[in-house]
Amino acid sequence: MLDIKDLHVAVEGKEILKGLSLHVGEGEVHAIMGPNGSGKSTLSYVLAGRDGYDITSGSIIYKGEDLTAMPPEARAARGVFLALQYPVEIPGVTTVNFLKAALNAQRRARSESELDAMAVLRLVRDKARSLNISEDMLRRALNVGFSGGEKKRLEVLQMALFEPSLAILDETDSGLDIDALKLVAEGVNHLRAPSRSMLVITHYQRLLTYIVPDRVHVLARGRIVAEGGKELALELEAKGYGHIVKDAA
Amino acid sequence: MSAIEQTRTQVEALGEKYKYGFVTDIEMERAPRGLSEETVAFISGKKGEPEWMLEWRLSAYRRWRQMQEPEWARVKYPKIDYENAYYYAAPKSSNDKPQSLEDVDPKLLETYNKLGIPLSEQKLLAGVAVDAVFDSVSVATTFKETLNKAGVIFCPISEAIREHPDLVRKYLGSVVPVTDNFFATLNSAVFSDGSFVYVPKGVRCPMELSTYFRINASETGQFERTLIIADEGSYVSYLEGCTAPKRDENQLHAAVVELVALEGAEIKYSTVQNWYPGDENGLGGIYNFVTKRGDCRGNDSKISWTQVETGSAITWKYPSCILRGDNSVGEFYSIAIANHFQQADTGTKMIHLGRNTRSRIISKGISAGKAQNTYRGLVAVHPRADRARNFTQCDSLLIGKECGAHTVPYIESRNRTARIEHEATTSKIAEEQLFYCTSRGIPPEEAVALIVNGFCREVLQQLPMEFAVEAQKLVGISLEGSVG
Ligand SMILES: Nc1ncnc2c1ncn2[C@@H]1O[C@H](COP(=O)(O)OP(=O)(O)OP(=O)(O)O)[C@@H](O)[C@H]1O
Ligand SMILES: [Mg+2]
Repeated sequence: MLDIKDLHVAVEGKEILKGLSLHVGEGEVHAIMGPNGSGKSTLSYVLAGRDGYDITSGSIIYKGEDLTAMPPEARAARGVFLALQYPVEIPGVTTVNFLKAALNAQRRARSESELDAMAVLRLVRDKARSLNISEDMLRRALNVGFSGGEKKRLEVLQMALFEPSLAILDETDSGLDIDALKLVAEGVNHLRAPSRSMLVITHYQRLLTYIVPDRVHVLARGRIVAEGGKELALELEAKGYGHIVKDAA
Repeated sequence: MSAIEQTRTQVEALGEKYKYGFVTDIEMERAPRGLSEETVAFISGKKGEPEWMLEWRLSAYRRWRQMQEPEWARVKYPKIDYENAYYYAAPKSSNDKPQSLEDVDPKLLETYNKLGIPLSEQKLLAGVAVDAVFDSVSVATTFKETLNKAGVIFCPISEAIREHPDLVRKYLGSVVPVTDNFFATLNSAVFSDGSFVYVPKGVRCPMELSTYFRINASETGQFERTLIIADEGSYVSYLEGCTAPKRDENQLHAAVVELVALEGAEIKYSTVQNWYPGDENGLGGIYNFVTKRGDCRGNDSKISWTQVETGSAITWKYPSCILRGDNSVGEFYSIAIANHFQQADTGTKMIHLGRNTRSRIISKGISAGKAQNTYRGLVAVHPRADRARNFTQCDSLLIGKECGAHTVPYIESRNRTARIEHEATTSKIAEEQLFYCTSRGIPPEEAVALIVNGFCREVLQQLPMEFAVEAQKLVGISLEGSVG
């Protein structure tokens, strides 16, 4: 599904990712953990194609294609989805309108027929209910005045709506209360499928008790410094990053 | 390339995309070049006007000769050579006016179709009466009957001058006096045609009245004149929309619109203005110097202006309300988009004369490319206007680094019980907003249109439904190419 080789990325001339390699197989869920500022969000932005993240060397192959050659909207249409650590507010654009615009843009890019407002609403409604997102929220301006947890739930709603092949969740668990965490985890687990891979960035082992990963990677100073099975997360929870990062340095 | 740079490049790519840049070749009947008493008399004669109208025009002309072109607006343009322009052009077929659409020159209809002006069935089904102005002469008026039944007069002003001289004499120039300003005075001398509306006492006009304006003749200034009178307790909603074919020379447009709302009457006037803005190098484009003013003459009356200004090289326009009657209400909702080298200096004046008068101003200015966008507004409260209230909100949105937004609010309050609130914001389309949209599959251009439409939502909501849809598309079109 995703094959990252020796990736170097610079932001405003400063190297942030320094030779990162990662392989995610079809249907697998990988967790990425690591200290603040280690480059986790940077990795997620690079995968989504954000401007200003310059790949100085290395490669990203997604479904056999060079991902780096595609603009963000093309990646989305091909099934790459990034749930942002900090979702963005867009005043005056109602959430449901935004969902419709995004869904139809993706469908258009794939030469599928567009859906009218009613059809979109039907699709959205069920998914919204299971994530405890009210109709009222859908009618409000996108993310404007949403609480931290509401914003995160809306990201998961979008993931459910777009049905991506590769979902990257950047700290989708932070800011969620215990009940919301369960809802979100259920939502994510519901989407686990043999054809769908996930990259779950998190600081907390707790999320990984709900969303059990196939692999856990530790990202530090722009590189993967350790990896293992789900038990690695437990170990990190107990001991912190100190020893691993030191060993790697 | 950074997002901001991309934004700029795409904005610059926009000029080629002016959708309505084409010209129909219909023979014109022209007034002689230049401006003189003869030109004024020629126009008046063409219209078969009565003597008093000619005198009115001539007095305006003589006054205009003594006036100076205003220079206070934040717009720059080469000096206009008034002696070298044409002041009147009419389609050849105007002498025997078409009785129905079938009689209309097919070339005209073709033009309308290209513009997407649904003069035909679609519009009829939508229940809109269209008094379409092609260049200077109205060529088709529909839905006359329904309006007749309600007693509403909706016709070309040239016709009103002949058929309803008492109404015209009573109200023409009563809101915008002949001497008002350079461009309005010029208009008074040479106005070619426009719309006249009279809604009788207590009548709610049974449909939205809609006029499409269009400039076609090269080098022919357009001088539309519109007069709308809402008699006591009546209501009317009027829509004005326009586009123009692509031209290299600058074309002067100096319209005058006068609204009169008598006691308890309400007038809603909506405009979508999409004249040729010039190319990406700032060449060509319409000079749009418009005087629009409404007079809330009676108590409890209301006038509401909504405008979506996306076209023209220069826009100089301040739809205003004179709140004369007690408890009268004035509203101004505006979206002004300036791209490339476009210059917009627009806003409103709310003149509070009566007691308990209220006004509300919502202005959304969007600048892209090298454009300059100025909001200029006056809120004046006179000593008699006890408890007058105003709320003003001016929001500016910048796309790229080379454009400018300016807010110039003037407040003159001479009554201590008045309450005036002013809020202003300036923002940019953030890179993170664009990325959020594109990462969800929305292409950059569409993302800009989406974000800008969101920014303008409050104003778009004021437009009648079907107009709002058109306006939303227009916002998208006029900002096409505004990102990489
Ligand atoms: N525009 C920028 N200019 C310079 N440095 C930047 C820029 N953007 C990010 N960085 C730096 O890149 C490093 C990695 O940031 P990133 O957001 O990827 O970390 P993270 O692993 O997601 O951290 P957290 O766990 O706190 O979310 C940080 O040191 C950050 O300060
Ligand atoms: Mg992060």
